[in-house]
Amino acid sequence: MMGAEFVALSLPPLLIGVFAAVACALPGNFLLLRRQALIGDAISHVVLPGIVLAFLATGVVAAWPMMLGAGIAALAAVVLIEVIRRLGRIEPGAAMGVVFTSMFAGGVLLLEQSDTSSVHLDVQHALYGSLESLIWLDGFGWASLLDWEALQGLPPELTRMALTLAFVAVFTAVLWRPLKLSTFDEGFAQTLGLRTNLLGLALVVVAAIAAVAAFDAVGSIIVIAMFICPPAAARLMTNRLERQIGWSVLFATLSAVLGYVLAGYGPLWLGFENAVSAAGMIATVSGLILLVTALAGPCRTRAGAPTET
Amino acid sequence: MHLELATQDGHRKDVGKDTRSPLEIRGLTVSYGEKPALFSVDATFEPGAMTAIIGPNGAGKSTLLKAALGIVKPVSGRIRSYGKSLSAQRHRIAYVPQRASVDWDFPTRVLDVVLMGLYRQLGLLGRVRPKHLEIAMSCLARVGMEGFADRQIGQLSGGQQQRVFLARALAQGADLYLLDEPFAGVDAATEKAIIAVLKALKEQGKTVIAVHHDLATVPDYFDRVFIINTSRVAEGPVAEAFVPEYLQEAYGGRLATAQMGAAG
Amino acid sequence: MLWQALTLQLGYNATLVTIGAALLGIAAGATGTFLFLGKRALVSDAISHATLPGVGLAFMTMVALGGDGRSLPGLLLGSAVSAAVGLLCVSWLTRRTRLAEDAAIGAVLSVFFGFGIVLLTIVQSMTAGRQAGLESFLLGSTAGMLWNDAVVIAIGGAAVLALVLVLRRPMSMVAFDPEFAAGSGMNVRQIELAMMGLALAITVVGLKIVGLILIVALLIIPAVAARFWTNRVGHVVLIAGAMGGLAGYTGAAISATAPALPTGPIIVLVAFVLFVLSLFAAPGRGVLAAVVRHLKFQRRVHLRQGLLALAQGQPIYERLTLRLMRRAGYVRPDGVATDEGRGQASKALLDERRWQLLRSDPDYETAAARYDGLTPLERVLTTDQITELDRNLGPEAVT
Repeated sequence: MMGAEFVALSLPPLLIGVFAAVACALPGNFLLLRRQALIGDAISHVVLPGIVLAFLATGVVAAWPMMLGAGIAALAAVVLIEVIRRLGRIEPGAAMGVVFTSMFAGGVLLLEQSDTSSVHLDVQHALYGSLESLIWLDGFGWASLLDWEALQGLPPELTRMALTLAFVAVFTAVLWRPLKLSTFDEGFAQTLGLRTNLLGLALVVVAAIAAVAAFDAVGSIIVIAMFICPPAAARLMTNRLERQIGWSVLFATLSAVLGYVLAGYGPLWLGFENAVSAAGMIATVSGLILLVTALAGPCRTRAGAPTET
Repeated sequence: MHLELATQDGHRKDVGKDTRSPLEIRGLTVSYGEKPALFSVDATFEPGAMTAIIGPNGAGKSTLLKAALGIVKPVSGRIRSYGKSLSAQRHRIAYVPQRASVDWDFPTRVLDVVLMGLYRQLGLLGRVRPKHLEIAMSCLARVGMEGFADRQIGQLSGGQQQRVFLARALAQGADLYLLDEPFAGVDAATEKAIIAVLKALKEQGKTVIAVHHDLATVPDYFDRVFIINTSRVAEGPVAEAFVPEYLQEAYGGRLATAQMGAAG
Repeated sequence: MLWQALTLQLGYNATLVTIGAALLGIAAGATGTFLFLGKRALVSDAISHATLPGVGLAFMTMVALGGDGRSLPGLLLGSAVSAAVGLLCVSWLTRRTRLAEDAAIGAVLSVFFGFGIVLLTIVQSMTAGRQAGLESFLLGSTAGMLWNDAVVIAIGGAAVLALVLVLRRPMSMVAFDPEFAAGSGMNVRQIELAMMGLALAITVVGLKIVGLILIVALLIIPAVAARFWTNRVGHVVLIAGAMGGLAGYTGAAISATAPALPTGPIIVLVAFVLFVLSLFAAPGRGVLAAVVRHLKFQRRVHLRQGLLALAQGQPIYERLTLRLMRRAGYVRPDGVATDEGRGQASKALLDERRWQLLRSDPDYETAAARYDGLTPLERVLTTDQITELDRNLGPEAVT
């Protein structure tokens, strides 16, 4: 398992899975604390109409136009949710429900109406991606990692996801203080002159960027699960935001690795022939981690949480 | 060294001499929906005084504070602080919001909350240095909470939460302190501690403005009152403005006789 | 073709599906209203996504027992059980941990859905599962539906609607004011459970028509749209039911006319059109009405403040105030007051003085509560009362 085959077949999807999981979990921490956990759910649903529109506009299935389309759709959804919430004075959950279902329905309709039978574009792909197929044909063992020519053959998703993760990490680090402040006490943050509206919007945009980059590689199930489950489990482990971020990164990584391995090898161990969906398995593992922390996490309840040392 | 002393001295004099109003409000109207919460309010708060904003429930007391700080957007009106626009004077203003306005389950420690008051000094990426910790700890000590620095904020009592908020405002090192119901739902010891801190601020020449709801303690705690019920009812020193006539106008029949006695 | 569909002339199956969708839409609109008013609209999203593992497990169980595996009642039963488990997880996470409900909903929906996908990939690798077509539950599919399945849907739609009608009264009380409902001796927890049970039943019945990703739209959109038209709970329920029914009926009918018009998305988009119409055009809470009202209100505030400033000889700082005063003919372009402006100003000042007097007079307690700076006193007091008030104002004020 650790040989040439691993480097070619398992290393790239594993890394992509880990990068995607962590890139979503980082902004997820703040969304969770701001009671906006479901914005990830909404964003991942509207990715579909975005990529369909991008396909209709360009006529090709290519990564960049589709990611652009998905990004625009995600932004449009966020703006629409905010507009409907304010104009109609509707609670955010309901506004989200209206927007993402309608946009998703529009996406499915467009897909059915357009002739996409010849290309690989369908609802299933958008939902659970194809992590397993992101292999590195030029990878012949660990030595290939030092071989520039072989590295050229790495799946482009890996580079994109790594860049996205770096961007999300830098965003979180640079805006750490204002994000924490405005999440805890928005009114006070405003009196310091912080533009809390812009900050909130920036957070959602970064979440959307992470979601769009991740969905392309791994599908939207992982995206929703990673926005919520690792941060939620992490919240039950600690009462310090700094440590919560650390736990969430650990849990996201663990989910991605365990999920990928279980999906690929689990069925074989059980005597089945075919692997199961890696995206689905990663989400499942993240749920199991949440279950364990909900049962035994040191800070799982509001009352009587022990002091941390 | 000599130069630094001089500027410090000059700065102190400047604060002492700054006779411009720390907070001047003109024609402020704020509405939630179609009914004004505040209508055409004018106010000029005295520098170096402790002023209580009083009025019945729903009179717009907290709204006045929030509009003065730019947290809620007015329909019309103009806010000036020390003769300049609000945004130019933010560093001179500290704010203590209502305790209930935040989620105390937020994963952070008491010390971190107080350090938020130093945001303007720390900036985006500035490191928290020993001198910052010293300031934060001394602010905690001033409200009697130095033993709680490492405590998770969710484990504090209501009074302790209020003291932490006050410590955060102290860390801001401002000239004008705006407090929204600082005594609401706190224990007697906390109330005493807070008022002591506020009086000490006044001694240093700072200005304190607090939304207050307990009429009985107004004469003991404050030197001026600003009475409001949607629009301004009266403003002035306690002896002149805190009189039954104005209170009646603001509170109507809701003014309990006992409180009238305390006021008279 | 569309006309034939709308008049139910496209064959038995299409007719049954259309009727079933309409009944389901009514039930969903009404039930969704209770969820929406209780600020729990997105709980339905967790319910619907949590059905997927049940579909997969039911299929495997039925195959293991030697059955067909594709039997609709069996699959729906499985989906109901797993959705119920999902619902329990949401409420367990919310009550037993510090997580908020939105986080619990998101966790449950993503994990159950992910697990469901894992099960579907297993089903696909089974020999019996190659043609199972379980993916159709994701987006719904009524094309080529069996007669039996259509009957199940029609009966299911009628059954959930009947349940909604039976439970509507206690549910509206609980959604509107749970504390009052508890105070009047109702078992709030049981009724909330019933509400969730209904949402679950609607989801399950709707799986085949609308699909699990979009069924939540039927529970949310009609309720949100209906809220714009009225402030009364009973009316919201009725309007939401009507809109849901309309969306279900029209959507299913339109979709029956062509193969490339999937039922679920069409129903959702019809509902969305109704929502957009409501958002903009509804009187009272609609956007257009609100914008007009806000502009009028802003004008009143600025004019009144401008007039008061004029009367008291104070400067007017705000440009908007000046502009509105100019447009109303109260001041000349150079800022000097016109005769009319002066007249209106002293009138406004007099009104303000009268109000001030009134508010300090305990006898006028109720009237004083109506003070908001804008309402002229004539609208609150009779002429006689004002004359009475003016006597206390002193002669110099009334000029």
